[in-house]
Amino acid sequence: MTTTTATARPGARAAGTGTPGAARGGRRPGRLRRIGLPYLLLLPALLLELLVHLVPMVIGIVMSFKELTQFYIRDWGTAPWTGLDNYRVSVDFDAPVGEALLHSFLVTCVFTVLSVGLCWLIGTAAAVCMQDAFRGRGVLRALFLVPYALPVYAAVITWAFMFQHDNGLVNHVLHDQLGLTDKPSFWLIGDNSFIALLVVSVWKGWPFAFLIVMAGLQNIPRELYEAAALDGAGTWQQIRRITLPSLRPVNQVLVLVLFLWTFNDFNTPYVLFGKAAPEAADLISIHIYQSSFVTWNFGTGSAMSVLLLLFLLLVTGVYLFLTSRGRKTADV
Amino acid sequence: MRSIRAAAVGAVTLSLALAASACGGGSATGGGSGDSPKTLTYWASNQGASIEVDKKVLQPELDKFEKETGIKVKLEVVPWSDLLNRILTATTSGQGPDVLNIGNTWSASLQATGALLPWDGKNFDAIGGRDRFVDSALGSTGVQGEDPAAVPLYSMAYALYYNKKMFADAGISEPPATWDELVETGRKISKDGGKWGLGAEGSNLSNNIHQVFVLGKQHGADFFTADGKPDFTSDGAVAAVKQYVDLMAKDKVVAPGNAEYAQNQSLSDFAKGKTAMVLWQTASATFKSLGMKDDEWGVAPAPVPSGAPGTGKATNSMVAGINLAVFKNTHNRDGATEFVKFMTSDAEQKILNQAYGSIPPVKAAQADPAFGAPSTAVLRETLATSAAALPQVPDESQFETAVGTAVKELFADAAAGRAVTTESVKARLAKAQQQMLAK
Repeated sequence: MTTTTATARPGARAAGTGTPGAARGGRRPGRLRRIGLPYLLLLPALLLELLVHLVPMVIGIVMSFKELTQFYIRDWGTAPWTGLDNYRVSVDFDAPVGEALLHSFLVTCVFTVLSVGLCWLIGTAAAVCMQDAFRGRGVLRALFLVPYALPVYAAVITWAFMFQHDNGLVNHVLHDQLGLTDKPSFWLIGDNSFIALLVVSVWKGWPFAFLIVMAGLQNIPRELYEAAALDGAGTWQQIRRITLPSLRPVNQVLVLVLFLWTFNDFNTPYVLFGKAAPEAADLISIHIYQSSFVTWNFGTGSAMSVLLLLFLLLVTGVYLFLTSRGRKTADV
Repeated sequence: MRSIRAAAVGAVTLSLALAASACGGGSATGGGSGDSPKTLTYWASNQGASIEVDKKVLQPELDKFEKETGIKVKLEVVPWSDLLNRILTATTSGQGPDVLNIGNTWSASLQATGALLPWDGKNFDAIGGRDRFVDSALGSTGVQGEDPAAVPLYSMAYALYYNKKMFADAGISEPPATWDELVETGRKISKDGGKWGLGAEGSNLSNNIHQVFVLGKQHGADFFTADGKPDFTSDGAVAAVKQYVDLMAKDKVVAPGNAEYAQNQSLSDFAKGKTAMVLWQTASATFKSLGMKDDEWGVAPAPVPSGAPGTGKATNSMVAGINLAVFKNTHNRDGATEFVKFMTSDAEQKILNQAYGSIPPVKAAQADPAFGAPSTAVLRETLATSAAALPQVPDESQFETAVGTAVKELFADAAAGRAVTTESVKARLAKAQQQMLAK
């Protein structure tokens, strides 16, 4: 209930400040100051954003048109321009570099769909289950958020220990105690590494979905459920007809953010597998890292990064376009 | 309302101030490495059991240097996992240490970047001359025919370390001298449940390279042609890689779990008595830190097909070691050279190499009786007679990644019980080679 009032307040304030501003429309300097101040306040953030995000991005794009190998990194201005060569190598899917990139891209797509799907499902299910107050709800909530609060490195290193073949907890439980496998499995090399990566990613990601959905649930008026219950709707129907539609705007942002984070995730595979990820778990970010830092070919690495950027922009654009259109028709 | 605005302005000012001071701090530490002629920054590689151990070994020597010359050396011990990236970053930005350790196999790759001071005749004279150093160590300091990019600091070699008690328990009296004997010995030991003949680091790319490089020599293959082009798929190279992976896949003397080892777990298995042998470079200091007494392990030359190590096909080690380089961008070249002279002086060479269990690449220091103990004598002998330098080509570090990864994947196949055949080895190596050529 507290959250509802808190979110309502800024809206009220915005309306309040809007009216006197419109009334005093004739006084120019005052208006200018009124409009200027927000921009002035934004300016530091904007400058830093430019410095921290945009400048490196532009440099990265410039690098992608250069032959930037170890011979030129000392003074990379002198590296020869190669035009589109780096891109040509990256997307030539018949040649080994392009083929490896395509493979890595497909692995990442499958991984992202599964991870985002599971994160959302588990997070939403947990949030819905904990919508009604019960004894110990606060403790459970806090417990659920632990994976999200832990530093990524510490958490993933722990998982790496648990996934070890000889002494790992996972094999100890699955093989020694439950006897589910004939012999201990390898989780950090070979094909199973995909499963290991997915498990860690979901474990790390679902509390965020839980948190966001839980906040979204606070905004659904209780009266809706009461009315539905009076009309004879069961729990499942309430979830389908009230909860999910009300969560729609929240879910839209949540899924997009989860998608971008998961698709770009570098820390998890890097800490889990080191510099050379197994083929089955060769996510694109670590693949690009390997293409640039480990083979010292920064031009090709940059070209791949730019391609990744374009792909993510495209997906985000299409997603926003589709969801906003869907929303408009729904509003009508 | 007014108080909120005031708070907002305050917050913005504060964050700007923080950002500005953070920037200031960064550039001060980054750029200040050599501005004063009385200080030097030194990046040491992690040679001891831990970074703390290294600091304890090096700091007294640096203090000695400061007393002699008045130059204060700021020490940073960089872990192996970061060292190459740190050097690359320093190269790109021009903001680096004055003096640094590099793995000697990187010499040619880093030489190509032009970031390191070339050791021409004049520079060598300043530290007492080129002929103070052992030839085999100098062979791993850069592309042949060019001025070395670094000078040798510590030399190391591979040898076969074995657990004396496990050998005695299995009724084995002599360490194996050939690969056939090694496999036979390994099988005898591996019979016992939970015990294995040989340890390997299947996911450690550099170690994979060191092993297959030596086996390649024994099969008469180099991984590069004479003019520096990758040549990974020759019959000899394929046979070498297959022989190494077969120790797990076919001979079954290496535990499948070793396929995922990358952090020296094989050494702790050895210290715990789970594996009886390891092929490793200068392991004595590590064994000690793992709680093994010196008389619990023995050391013998690594196996060769003929049983008698030598040159060519009887090569049984790479020339392993650490080189000391001066960053070309240093503002204190004289001080840096002075420091290199100090670190490669006879006295310091004895102290440092003894602390790390390595062999001095400086002739006068190597002759010291301190390095004549049985454990170091084997390494010294190997370096002198049967070690070969890894290819000194600019592509060396890419080679380590590409072929090292191929071997890692093959170990993963072997561990999963999939067949490792000549064809599958060749396919992996062909892919690695294509990745090298593609750029």
